[in-house]
Formats: sequence, C-alpha cells, structure tokens
Amino acid sequence: MTGRIVHPGETPWSMTERVCVTTLRPDAGLWTPLWWWLCLGMALALLAGGVVSVAWLFYAGLGIWGIDWPVAWGFDILNYVWWIAIASGGTFISALFFLLRAPWRTSLNRLAESLTLCAALCAAIFPILHLGRPQFFYWLFPYPNTMGLWAQFRSPLVWDFFAILAYVLCSVLFWYFGLLPDLATLRERAQRRWQRVFYGVLALGFRGSARQWRHYQPVYGVMAALMAPLVVSVHSIVGMDFAGGAATGWHSTQFPPFFVFGAGLSGFAIVLLAVIPLRPALGLQPYITDWHIDVLGRLLLTASLCVAYAYVMDVFSTFYGPDQADRTMFAFRLHGLYAPVYWGTIMLNIVFPQLLWWRGVRMKQPVVWAICLGVLVGMWLERFQIIVSSLARTQLQSAWGQYTPTLWEWSLLAGTIGLFLTAFLLLVRFIPMLAMAEMRAVLEDRP
Amino acid sequence: MAALFTPRANVIMTASVLAIACAVTSGCLLWFAWPYTDYARQVGWTIEQPVPFSHQHHVAGLGIDCRFCHSSVERSAQASMPPTFTCMTCHSQIWTDAAVLAGIRDSFLRNTPMTWQRVTDVPDYVYFNHGIHVTKGVGCESCHGNVATMALTYKAKSLTMQFCLDCHRDPGSSLRPAENIFDTDWHRVPSTPGPAALLARYHVGGRNLTECSICHR
Repeated sequence: MTGRIVHPGETPWSMTERVCVTTLRPDAGLWTPLWWWLCLGMALALLAGGVVSVAWLFYAGLGIWGIDWPVAWGFDILNYVWWIAIASGGTFISALFFLLRAPWRTSLNRLAESLTLCAALCAAIFPILHLGRPQFFYWLFPYPNTMGLWAQFRSPLVWDFFAILAYVLCSVLFWYFGLLPDLATLRERAQRRWQRVFYGVLALGFRGSARQWRHYQPVYGVMAALMAPLVVSVHSIVGMDFAGGAATGWHSTQFPPFFVFGAGLSGFAIVLLAVIPLRPALGLQPYITDWHIDVLGRLLLTASLCVAYAYVMDVFSTFYGPDQADRTMFAFRLHGLYAPVYWGTIMLNIVFPQLLWWRGVRMKQPVVWAICLGVLVGMWLERFQIIVSSLARTQLQSAWGQYTPTLWEWSLLAGTIGLFLTAFLLLVRFIPMLAMAEMRAVLEDRP
Repeated sequence: MAALFTPRANVIMTASVLAIACAVTSGCLLWFAWPYTDYARQVGWTIEQPVPFSHQHHVAGLGIDCRFCHSSVERSAQASMPPTFTCMTCHSQIWTDAAVLAGIRDSFLRNTPMTWQRVTDVPDYVYFNHGIHVTKGVGCESCHGNVATMALTYKAKSLTMQFCLDCHRDPGSSLRPAENIFDTDWHRVPSTPGPAALLARYHVGGRNLTECSICHR
C-alpha cells in the first residue's frame, strides 16, 4: 500500500527538506520560479477587472447586470453555487477520507483544503453582491433591532446564510489547525529573521511536545467529524434554496442530494486540475504519485455517475409527474434557446468522464486534466441551465422571458477566478502544500 | 541562535487576542444599541420654527382642540398644518403688534404660507395615514406625546419600526374611546371598555396589521 502512495527511498527527513526548501527558499539561487510570477500576473490582471466591476456595481447598482424580470437570478447565484461546489473537494478529501482512514488522503489534504478556502472566498462574495443594498447583508442575521424584525427561519435562504458561515469558519479553522505543526517546522528551519517571526507568530507556540500532540490529535479528529456532515449540509441547503421555490424545475425533493453529488464532482475536478500541474512544479511526485491521480480519477468517475443518476431522475420526475408547466420547461431545456447549455452539461459532466473507466486514460494526465476542465465548465453550464431556463419558462406564458449576461457579469466571474488564483498562488508560495507532520507518520509506518 | 520570542511574547499575544475580541464585541454591541438611543432617534429635540409656537399655551392654557388647526386629521393622510388665516382668526384681534408674531403677520400680508418645520417625521417609504388611525381609536398622544406640556414642540416617541409594530401586533391595548382621541393626557380608567370591546367597536382585526404592505407600498 505505502509503496504506491510514496516513492520508495523517501524518508521523513528528505520529505521535510523538500517541502521546506520549496516554501522557505533559503538559498539565494532558489528564487520564486518564473511560472509562479507569470500565473500571479495573470491572476492579478483578472482580479483587477473584477475590482473595477465591483466598484462600478456599487456605484451604479444592480441595473448594470442582465438580470431582470422574470430571470431575476443570473450570474450572481449561478457563480455562487458553482464556487461553493468547487470548494467541497477539499472537505471531502481531508475530512471524509480522514475519518475513513484512507492513507492516500494525507499527501493531498493540504492542497485540497487550500483550494476549498480560496473557492469558498469567491463563493461568499456573490450572495452579498447580489443584494440591492449589500451593506445590509447582516439583516439575515437574527440580531435585536429597532425594526422589530427577525430573520425568517422558514426560508432556506436564511439556512443558507448559517450553513455557509459555519462551513467557511470551520474550513478555515480545520485548515489552520492542521497547519500548526508544519508552521512550527518552518519556524525552526527558517534562516531569515522575517520568516522566523512570520511562521513563529502563525505557529502559535506549537513546540511538538507530547502534551501538545495529545491534545492536538483528538481535536483534529473532532473537527474532521464536524466538517464531514457540514459539507453535506451546506450543499443540501444550497439545493433547498431552489427546491423551496415554486419555480418550474426547482420544486423537487431530489435537489439536496443532487447538489451534494454536483459538489463532489466539481470538488474532485478542481483538486485534479490543481494537482496535475503542481506535482512537477513543486517537486511533489514522490508523495503524490500516479496512483493518487488514479484514485482521484476513479472518485471523479463515481461522482459523475451520481450526477448522471440525478439528471436521469430529473427527466423521470418531470415526465412522470403531473405538471404540464414542468414538461414545457423541460422541452425548452432540451431544444429551446438554451439547448446547447443542456447538451453541453450532459457531454462534459456525464459523457466525457466515462473515459475514466479505462486505466489507460486515468494514467494519461493531460487527458485527465482536460476532462476535469470540461467538468468544471460543465458544472457551470448545469447551474446556468437550472437557474436560467427554469426562470425563463415559468408557469404563465405571459411571464416568459430570457436572460443575457452583460459585460459586468462576465468581468465579475473573471474577477473571482482571478481572486481564486491569486489567493491560491500565495498559499502555494508561502504555505507548505504537503501536510508534513501527517506525512511523517505515513513514512514512518512504512515497513 | 538567540530565542526568537521573549517570555513576554505569550502575554502580549494573549492580551492582543483578548483586546481584539473585546473591541469587536463591544463595537458590535454599540452598533446594535445605538439606534435604540433617544439621541440617535432625536427624541426630545426641539426644531427651530419660523415662529416659536407653544402647544402648552394654546392647548393647555386656552383649551383649543387639536382639530381647530390640524383640520384634516380625521379625513386625510395628512394632519395638515393650519393656513396663516387660522392664526389670524385670533391674532388679528389679540397680540396684534407682538414682536414674536411678526412672522405670522408678514406671511399674511405677503400671502405666502408659513414654512413650519416637521417635528414628527417618518421615512418616505412609510405610508402613514392619520385618518385611519384617528377614526379607529388611536389617540394623538400615542405618537405625539402630551403636547399640552410642550412650550416648544419636540418629537416625543422614537417612531422606529419597532414602535409602530408594538401597536400593530397588539392594537387593542392602545385604543381609546372615540371621545378621548384628542385628550392629551388620557389614562385607562375602570369604566373604559376593554381592548377586545374596543377592537370590536372599531372593527379592527379583519386584516393582519403586520403585513408589509400595510405600511410599505
């Protein structure tokens, strides 16, 4: 088992050395590599566009977006759901597979959790921006006020607020808590004073004493046990945001598990998408082996099959059910204005990932990478199809309409991609992308 | 290699974390509590008027009814401010050359209305209708306070949404008999009909008074 998850000949010492050199760059010859600067430059350019878009939004208001009656939810909710689903990958891998004691998860969890944080950050922006008066977002929170108003606890939108808040807070804590021993390692190994102080303050006085470890491990286990149900609840509630509405195509009891499946699919896709290029770039091949890619590919395939089941049930419940408006809307999905979106979703999320049944395909990393990129686009199209085509074909023909996103919505989407990449690149540069403390245990267990 | 942090670092770290926590908590508490203060709501503030009109003198001293000046209060959304002619009904005969009334005489001679400043205001997105409140048993005093004691008129109640909802959620206990609507210092007495009887008398309760569209249209 361990032969597949770590290259032979690796020791705790060589692994720590490798990771610390990548992060601390103690030697003047080891500058931050060029690819990092190029990616950061691109990310910052996208981010700058997003900042302009948000500034103009705050100045001019929601009218700059293409949303209108009847399609009142557009890119704002679409991108929120897309990003929060992308965030799930880290939690599935680091919490769920920690509880399942899957040994391969150890070398992936830091990277996957960092992706979670960055994606959750992007997701959290959209619900706030989509408010007409974003400065009042805290009205969702039940706090005493002179308006005599209290949050509407019967609304999934309020559950959503709590679910996201809990998920983001716990993700940050889980990530940081897991990072503490590694920050202490960096503090000990850093040569430059600013690095020692930087990592020293962040390590919060972790010294690796037996007493600290005795507290550390149960707490980490409890946090993992909290995170695993949270990732399910957060996506279920995102599903209920839709299922709670009486719009055609939304009002379905399968939405909560459907959204959890979709989250799994995009979560595993983003992890693969990041792991495949970062493995050689950070020199992590000895610890993230081809076998890891293989496992992730199989997980992606499983998630794709779950999503396929949900798509089939979506068709089944529409045509088995009694509602003519649902059927009209579905026919519009299949061959209406947005038909390419529907068929694109099917191709990218269901058909192409079936290639992963073949081990030969799973071993060809460029192909896996392309499939993952396709899945992320496909998941985005799926959200477009759910949100826009349902709202565009409501029960009353007189209330039919369509939606065309404006430049400001596209630039905001690009801006959040920039934000995601910027945040992730900074983490890649300054935080060890391999959980060293946990990897040592894996390496020491080796016979 | 010298130690990176002195022993005091732990104390400084703990103290700063606690200080930040305290600052955030007390900041939030202040932020939440601020709208409740009379200062934030400007309760008790007098507003400068073109002529210093005394409700105390005209209501308590002379016994003039509210409706003598605010004539449309029973029929209209607006209680209405009196035209200068109403003032001149008396002040063409008494205090005809009082310096303090120069503004009134000026307005009368130029045929331009007085620019009275509103004391009790609600935001423009609130559709408050005086007529329905006054004819359904809400006394002037309930929102305007005891104006008979005000030498200069000031805002007496907070007029927050909470203030409106306190009554809209439980209207009965705030209603009074029709003959007491314009009393400026009325108290429930044993012979006053109970809340349920008043609700029935005024036919209040057919509609949920806390619906958004009752006040926001």
